[in-house]
Amino acid sequence: MSAATGIARGRTGRLLRRLGFSGRALVIAVPVVWLLVFFLVPFLVVAKLSLSQSAIALPPYLPLVEWDEGMAIITLNFGNFTFLLDDPLYINAYLSSLKIAFISAAAALVIGYPIAYYIARSPEGRRNVLLMLVILPFWTSFLLRVYAWQGFLRSNGVINNFLLWTGIIDQPLVMLQTNFAVYLGIVYTYLPFMILPLYANLVKLDDSLLEASADLGARPLSTFFHVTLPLSMPGVIAGFMLVFVPAIGEFVVPELLGGPDTLMIGRVLWNEFFSNRDWPVASAVAIAMLVILVIPIMIFRRAQAKEEAL
Amino acid sequence: MTDTMTVTGAAALAAAARPWTTGTERPFVRIDRITKKFGDFTAVDQVSLDIFKGELFCLLGGSGCGKSTLLRMLAGFETPTSGKIEIDGQDMAGIPPYDRPTNMMFQSYALFPHMTVEKNVAYGLLRDGVHKSVVRDRVAEMLKMVQLHTLAGRKPHQLSGGQRQRVALARSLVKQPKLLLLDEPLGALDKKLREETQFELVKIQETLGVTFIVVTHDQEEAMTLSTRIGVMNAGRIIQVGEPPQVYEYPNSRFVADFVGTVNLFEGRVIEDEPDFIRLAVQDLPVTGEGSGAASAGGAGQIYVGHGVSCTIDQPLWYAVRPEKMRLSRHASDAPNSYPVWVEDVAYMGNLSVYRLKLPGGRYLLASKANLSRYEEDTISWGEHAWVSWDDTAGVVLTQ
Amino acid sequence: MRASTLLLVFCIAGFIFLYAPIVSLIVFSFNENKLATVWSGFSTQWYVALFQNAQILGAAWISLKVAVVSATLASILGTLAAYVLVRFGRFRTRSLLTGMSAAPLVMPDVITGLSLLLLFVAMEQAIGWPAGRGMTTIIIAHTTFCMAYVTVVVQSRLSDMDESLEEAAMDLGARPARVFFDVTIPVIAPALVAGWLLAFTLSLDDLVVASFVTGPGASTLPMVIFSKVRLGVSPDINALATIIIGIVALGVFVASVLLRRKPTRA
Repeated sequence: MSAATGIARGRTGRLLRRLGFSGRALVIAVPVVWLLVFFLVPFLVVAKLSLSQSAIALPPYLPLVEWDEGMAIITLNFGNFTFLLDDPLYINAYLSSLKIAFISAAAALVIGYPIAYYIARSPEGRRNVLLMLVILPFWTSFLLRVYAWQGFLRSNGVINNFLLWTGIIDQPLVMLQTNFAVYLGIVYTYLPFMILPLYANLVKLDDSLLEASADLGARPLSTFFHVTLPLSMPGVIAGFMLVFVPAIGEFVVPELLGGPDTLMIGRVLWNEFFSNRDWPVASAVAIAMLVILVIPIMIFRRAQAKEEAL
Repeated sequence: MTDTMTVTGAAALAAAARPWTTGTERPFVRIDRITKKFGDFTAVDQVSLDIFKGELFCLLGGSGCGKSTLLRMLAGFETPTSGKIEIDGQDMAGIPPYDRPTNMMFQSYALFPHMTVEKNVAYGLLRDGVHKSVVRDRVAEMLKMVQLHTLAGRKPHQLSGGQRQRVALARSLVKQPKLLLLDEPLGALDKKLREETQFELVKIQETLGVTFIVVTHDQEEAMTLSTRIGVMNAGRIIQVGEPPQVYEYPNSRFVADFVGTVNLFEGRVIEDEPDFIRLAVQDLPVTGEGSGAASAGGAGQIYVGHGVSCTIDQPLWYAVRPEKMRLSRHASDAPNSYPVWVEDVAYMGNLSVYRLKLPGGRYLLASKANLSRYEEDTISWGEHAWVSWDDTAGVVLTQ
Repeated sequence: MRASTLLLVFCIAGFIFLYAPIVSLIVFSFNENKLATVWSGFSTQWYVALFQNAQILGAAWISLKVAVVSATLASILGTLAAYVLVRFGRFRTRSLLTGMSAAPLVMPDVITGLSLLLLFVAMEQAIGWPAGRGMTTIIIAHTTFCMAYVTVVVQSRLSDMDESLEEAAMDLGARPARVFFDVTIPVIAPALVAGWLLAFTLSLDDLVVASFVTGPGASTLPMVIFSKVRLGVSPDINALATIIIGIVALGVFVASVLLRRKPTRA
């Protein structure tokens, strides 16, 4: 059977190639060239710049290659990277970003899984409505949703006013400009990215598997842990990574909801670039971030491939 | 054609309708040593086949036997790794699907979901630049033929399975292809509808005179529809013949087993005479009668009432179909008769199938037509009985 | 029974969590009080203020133009990439394209923004194009990261599509380009619409990438909002949010009505 599916895949492509379809190479070239120029090459530029020296100039760095009497003199400057290692600010920022992203992703998983499960198990009509409700906030501005939380969390904000009114507290709680607000903001804005892949996975779950498990004597909770959860692992990993990876580099949420001591690497990069105008160090920060991201991205790709094979 | 006219009446007619028997007519489709490989996997292996004008030829085989790949090479969706395909004298090499004189009816029907029935059927004609008014007439005519003219404005998803099947047929026939390729045309229909549609399909084919090549895995369908059947296995054509030929004279164990149900015995030749042979079969019990019991070496024997080109001690196979067997309470005087124990009887309505156990433990299947509504004293399960068959009932197979 | 009730309660709590901040935005956009945290009476003054704010209106106009152009370009490029990946079988740059078309999905904005800016600067030095930065560079940047989303959406629709449909069209006499426009495009149309809308929204929503690659004079709406929000409460932003939410809700409603009339499956 595997031979047959192998044959079926991409048969139009083989046909087009055989027909000498002249547009074929062109059709491939357009997206490939675009992504090469505007996605891959920029990383090389960043890598190059991370080895350059900062300067007060326009643009604010020294060229890597200098031509001197027909000889190219390449001055590699690893100083930007040793600088990152020397200053605890950067190491701490990386560690704190990983921690915040990880906790947020875990929290989003705990909140998102039951919702995704509930939607996937709903009758089809209701399912579409609920799914729409999950996606709807995503269509409205990300920035405005973070801003909405500012109004919720500030000391004279909605939550504090409510709690003071009920008499539960008599001093406003400090929630804005804390790490707690950052967790909340990330979970809130990324929740749809957790729910959607989980839903896509759970909706494929065959009812008869659950019935078979029940028929063989497993109680619902046991069925969940032995059947549903293992089968949904690709969705769990995909959802987790879709929250975890972008959250590492998050800038808007810590900037608007976090305090001045909320260290996140996206914020550090932003400040290096916009405030300090140190492009080479910003580039080095970006390269280091990419290195950290490679492993989770690979895990994500693997989960995706597994999901497609299902 | 003119040659055969000189032959007398009925024979001439038969020969004209069965050009493959004469060997004088030029085949319409010529498949010459076609091989198709996908990487290391050989899907179609050195297949040669001649198909004549007006035939309804069935390619029969299990899944993965290469029948669909062969069909797709005829349509132009796959290129043969080696070999040649000729349709109506024209070499098909390098001719893309859209320039071939063939049309295909897909297993999934492949109806364009965004077009109405009418637009689906008109699509092919419009691609050929046929004038709009002509298209309209031809489409209307075609829809009338498949009795869908009242549903012309519907979209495919508003149709039943049977209706979709007819749209797909109309769409593939409207361009009047020289050759129509049908991939499991009835596969998606339920049994009742399938049986009705089989006859409709044959009627349409005869009316239009188009050559059909049908791919199917259903041997009953192949038997009902086709002028000839090509049985395929593992990329090769095993046997080509008219339905009775394939059923009654299978050329191999594979064909005997794939087409219909069969009881297969492995034996060796112990007597080889011009007008009969005798086989020693380990699975069968010794019945004491017949000559050469000694040479059978304690094995049972099968008597075959015609000569076979073979040698003494050559291993052979013998195939006999369940309906060729008789069941009785007492030993019969038929050449092949053995005691059995009736283990089970499956009542199927039109016939009953008996599962019989030989003394050596081997099982046989025998069937009996239920000719009357009530029979007294039928043999039932748990009884001892005798099974027997004539010396012409079975086929000797060498491969 | 108990477990499913618990699940329902959890779900409702989840949806409240998702919608409460949005609802509060809408409510306070009609608040008379400037503090935007205490209700003091109904007023539409912030809407009036919003429509008198030339900076916001100008930025909105730029954002809209950028989003329409980027979404359209991203849809074309993303559809090509998806078609190539699903239908073209093996080709030399296949694994490269697979990687490049998926990676932007998880790439942090700061990296995308920084790397594209550095590219634009380097390109300007090397070939003199793009001269300066502004709308053109934002459009290129947005097209690049939106394209990945279109690719994913179209790719899944294409793999679900019965390849026989394309073969049938070819069998009936249509040449490859004709097949693409007659059959492939109409069948994947819902995915194209979804992909375009997704790209449009992402572009309209982007703050970080645009901040990096923009130049003087081209401030997008999120950039203006960000600079205002950073400074604290600004009720006209609430009004703006309400308008955006209204448009989105209307759009989703219209889209779902339109989609309901069409067959969902090919």
